[in-house]
Amino acid sequence: MSDYLKLVVLGVIAVFAAIAANFGRDLAYQVHAIIILAVAGGLFLWVLRNTDEPKPVIDETQYADGVVRAGAIATTLWGVVGFLVGVVIAFQLAFPALNIEWAQPYANFGRLRPLHTSAVIFAFGGNALICTSFYVVQRTSAARLWGGNLAWFVFWGYQLFIVLAATGYVLGATQSKEYAEPEWYVDIWLTIVWVAYLAVFLGTIVKRKEPHIYVANWFYLSFIVTVALLHVVNNLSIPVSIWGSRSVQVFAGVQDAMTQWWYGHNAVGFFLTAGFLAMMYYFVPKQVGRPVYSYKLSIIHFWALIFLYIWAGPHHLHYTALPDWASTLGMVFSIILWMPSWGGMINGLMTLSGAWDKLRTDPIVRMMVISIGFYGMSTFEGPMMSIRAVNSLSHYTDWTIGHVHSGALGWNGMITFSCLYFLVPRLWNRERLYSLSAVNWHFWLATIGIVLYAASMWVTGIMEGLMWREVDANGFLVNSFADTVSAKFPMYVVRGLGGLLFLAGSLIMCWNLWMTVRSAPERTHSAAIPAE
Amino acid sequence: MDMYSLLREIADSWVLLALVIFFLGTVVWAFRPGSRAVHRDTADIPFRHEDRPAASDEEGSK
Repeated sequence: MSDYLKLVVLGVIAVFAAIAANFGRDLAYQVHAIIILAVAGGLFLWVLRNTDEPKPVIDETQYADGVVRAGAIATTLWGVVGFLVGVVIAFQLAFPALNIEWAQPYANFGRLRPLHTSAVIFAFGGNALICTSFYVVQRTSAARLWGGNLAWFVFWGYQLFIVLAATGYVLGATQSKEYAEPEWYVDIWLTIVWVAYLAVFLGTIVKRKEPHIYVANWFYLSFIVTVALLHVVNNLSIPVSIWGSRSVQVFAGVQDAMTQWWYGHNAVGFFLTAGFLAMMYYFVPKQVGRPVYSYKLSIIHFWALIFLYIWAGPHHLHYTALPDWASTLGMVFSIILWMPSWGGMINGLMTLSGAWDKLRTDPIVRMMVISIGFYGMSTFEGPMMSIRAVNSLSHYTDWTIGHVHSGALGWNGMITFSCLYFLVPRLWNRERLYSLSAVNWHFWLATIGIVLYAASMWVTGIMEGLMWREVDANGFLVNSFADTVSAKFPMYVVRGLGGLLFLAGSLIMCWNLWMTVRSAPERTHSAAIPAE
Repeated sequence: MDMYSLLREIADSWVLLALVIFFLGTVVWAFRPGSRAVHRDTADIPFRHEDRPAASDEEGSK
């Protein structure tokens, strides 16, 4: 019966998309209509062929790991794509000629930059979060994922969102909100997928066999709920036409700016911090082989982070039309936020107490530790940069870019890599990784890459900030904007090289994971651990 | 009183107080007597049920 309903819905969508492709007023919208037409049409045929066939029975005594495997593959592939685009745009900044003439306007820096940020944050980071959350919530609830194939809908729906967003940027559809560029219909689609994600996650927690909800699930849940809230409020917009990608924001002026940075900063706080802390709270204890250092601290860490992060957004709007009290509020909360951040860092690091020797013998543990180290570093740097006096120097300079990347490459990237190294042998039933020395190579290439990146951006950012504010004895500005651009050239090249090293490391990881699945020895013992 | 001022007043008095009390409550709750054993058991959750879900008749932990 549900198959007939699906056929009706898919048929209606396909017909609508065909009409939209015909009436579409801009290129991005037309291309998206064709993509949706192809997807809905393909699904229609697939459902049709399976209608009234016997359905495969879902085995509740097994974990649903197929979708986690798919997530691990997607994380790896999107990661490489995102890093590659990052390297390209880094060199475009150093050598503007790389904005190749014949590829304009599609391969322009302005269009590739959101492609890079969305690819690494939402495609790489988002897939890592969805994939690990499905893995972790099953193990810590001792229950199979709720909702049957709904998890597969979440996975494929999210990939469709990524494809629509990425093609939209290149073809020029954007609502010009940083990290929330996709236009209205892509936003609506993501909302549907996200609600399904929440249902799968929450449903699994509800049917758990463990009496308590492990702390990692609290972090994942806060990430899912808050991102839903942020996404809906920041994307309140009215389409100009149902046949076009353009839309108009509901908020205007400083209200819009405040909403955008409430979203923007909490995207960092809940997507890139809370979600990844959930990964830390499960995978670090697992890899080290001992429980988290202090469970009490993890509870306090959670609630303090939740209560403080949501207020920190206004520090993005110092010296703007935003009232002083609001930006001071954001600054104060950003500084207080330093405490729970470091509490979490200490909790992660001290989980190794009594097992510090693993730092020498296990490159995956080393990767986890350096990622937590970078988390500590960037959560110190962030509060410092939110102070109004520091911000007056750092804002609009490349120092901000350096800060973001020490967090994103160091913390998010490294913890995701170590989770992939943890997951792939288990998901494909392999005894071990194909090569530990390749993990070592990855570790050092990535670390040196981040150091080159962050150091060059500190130098160039502070230099540029000082050059902008330099005045002569008569009070005239000394430097023109172009002077700062030419002074930054050597640091831009170093930054590009750092990115290249990071990309090289991720390619080694791809090869290593591929070889692990293909030719590492199979896991022989069936490790069915009886419950206590 | 207009809507903005009214909400503003409620937000920075009673709601602020409620949020602070809730937060302090979570801290007190974490340190409540007898929580140590519960937390030790909860912290061990990742080390159970690695390969398959708990059987339907069994509870996850003791």
